[in-house]
Amino acid sequence: MFAQLLSDISSLWARYGSVYLQGIANTLILAVTATLIGCIIGFFCGILQTIPYGLNDNIFKKILLKLIRIIIRVYVEVFRGTPMILQAVFIYYGMPYFFGIAFRDIWTVSIVVVSVNTGAYMAESVRGGIMSIDVGQFEGAKAIGMNHWQTMLHIILPQTLRNIMPQIGNNYIINVKDTSVMFIIGFSDFFAVHKMVSGAVFKYFPSAFMEMGGYLILTLVASFLLRKMEKKLAGKSNYELVNTDQLVMTAGTYNYPKEAGSPFEEVNKDYKGEKK
Amino acid sequence: MSERILEIRHLSKAFGSHAVLKDIDFTVDRGDVTSIIGASGSGKSTLLRCINLLETPTTGEIFFHGKDVTKEKASAYRAKVGMVFQNFNLFSNLSVLDNCMIGQQKVSRIPKEEAKKRALYYLNKVGMAPYINARPNQISGGQKQRVAIARALAMEPEVLLFDEPTSALDPEMVGEVLDVMKSLAADRMTMLVVTHEMAFARDVSTHVVYMADGIIEEQGKPEKIFTDPESPSTRSFLKRILNE
Repeated sequence: MFAQLLSDISSLWARYGSVYLQGIANTLILAVTATLIGCIIGFFCGILQTIPYGLNDNIFKKILLKLIRIIIRVYVEVFRGTPMILQAVFIYYGMPYFFGIAFRDIWTVSIVVVSVNTGAYMAESVRGGIMSIDVGQFEGAKAIGMNHWQTMLHIILPQTLRNIMPQIGNNYIINVKDTSVMFIIGFSDFFAVHKMVSGAVFKYFPSAFMEMGGYLILTLVASFLLRKMEKKLAGKSNYELVNTDQLVMTAGTYNYPKEAGSPFEEVNKDYKGEKK
Repeated sequence: MSERILEIRHLSKAFGSHAVLKDIDFTVDRGDVTSIIGASGSGKSTLLRCINLLETPTTGEIFFHGKDVTKEKASAYRAKVGMVFQNFNLFSNLSVLDNCMIGQQKVSRIPKEEAKKRALYYLNKVGMAPYINARPNQISGGQKQRVAIARALAMEPEVLLFDEPTSALDPEMVGEVLDVMKSLAADRMTMLVVTHEMAFARDVSTHVVYMADGIIEEQGKPEKIFTDPESPSTRSFLKRILNE
């Protein structure tokens, strides 16, 4: 009954509370770090993939850019198209075969695997985000002499970031939950604690109940914070006038009274006005 | 004779098999206000975009102070040639003030304080100084275009290209933008304006270029073109557009 469940949970909490909390902390650290690194990978791939090349560029530049696009394509397809749990096994146990070194640090492997996985998804999100920006923004930046990196860094990516914020939120929430597959290489996240505790005391359901609640709280808090961030990125909804605009009447029409003078009187001396 | 800024020689542009510009030749001297007129699809905008290298010319050369820019790095050249677009193309993530500062800071490497001073000077010139804190989506079309002009001016370009600057505006906002352009013309700013505003072409510009089907059909002083055009094509175009 319900009372039984509550007492089981409280006894579990009393004995293993700190272990559960440690699990939550590990999960959060891994999810946050990997999402951030994944975003950086994604944005980097996004910039590299969109470097334009024209007819006049030399052949080496064209080949290099083509090659970069192919490499990113392969990276995205491989890491998006295989299960993360296998990627973890693959990298953790595969390293000694290829490089003769074993990653003994489970943290490093976990962060690498989840970051690289997130990066593959983010690369596509960022590409979509960049494609959704009006071509006029690129042209406006080019027209004042910005190069590709400057255009991307100062104009396009800030707008892309705002547009793909929901995607980043998605990825983060997926990471909070899916880092649980890292138990396969022995990472002690929130879910690993469940396996450990329930195996020791045979209280599967009460522990699972706590896990469910815990994950839900983690993701709800994340959703809330992401919404706040989106709002902040959207900027202020109003602005303050420094003083009044002399060229526009408050009604929004143009015909200001001639005797009031225009701000261009000084420079307008030579110009005699439109002939009718 | 005044200093030659731009010289376009044998410029052609084709999109696939469709030739938009055919062997264009013309020059821009310092202080010229050149209006490019012509029917839609005659290649006016493409010509302007080729001059700013937003489109790569298929053949031909563009000399800027005697140097062929089609062979050089486009970004350095573009910083000296301002462009005002039909759709404003203000950076929507930046405030009005930042729109006018970012190019100076990142491209010309001007320190922040100096860049701000310059941006405010030009924003004041176009009457947009009160709106420095606004974002582009919070101001009207005419105001956006005035900010776009200030953004281009803040780079202190040698030539300013206008690609149909009033075509996307509500009729009531055309005046405020044209006024700014007139004041620039009075300041002897070198301008190249693709426009459908015949009054501007006739009264403000020093040269008029009439384009039809990808070639320059006729060019000359506005008085000559508007009162006594040589080509029958020019005559019928002007008749059509002025009698509307």
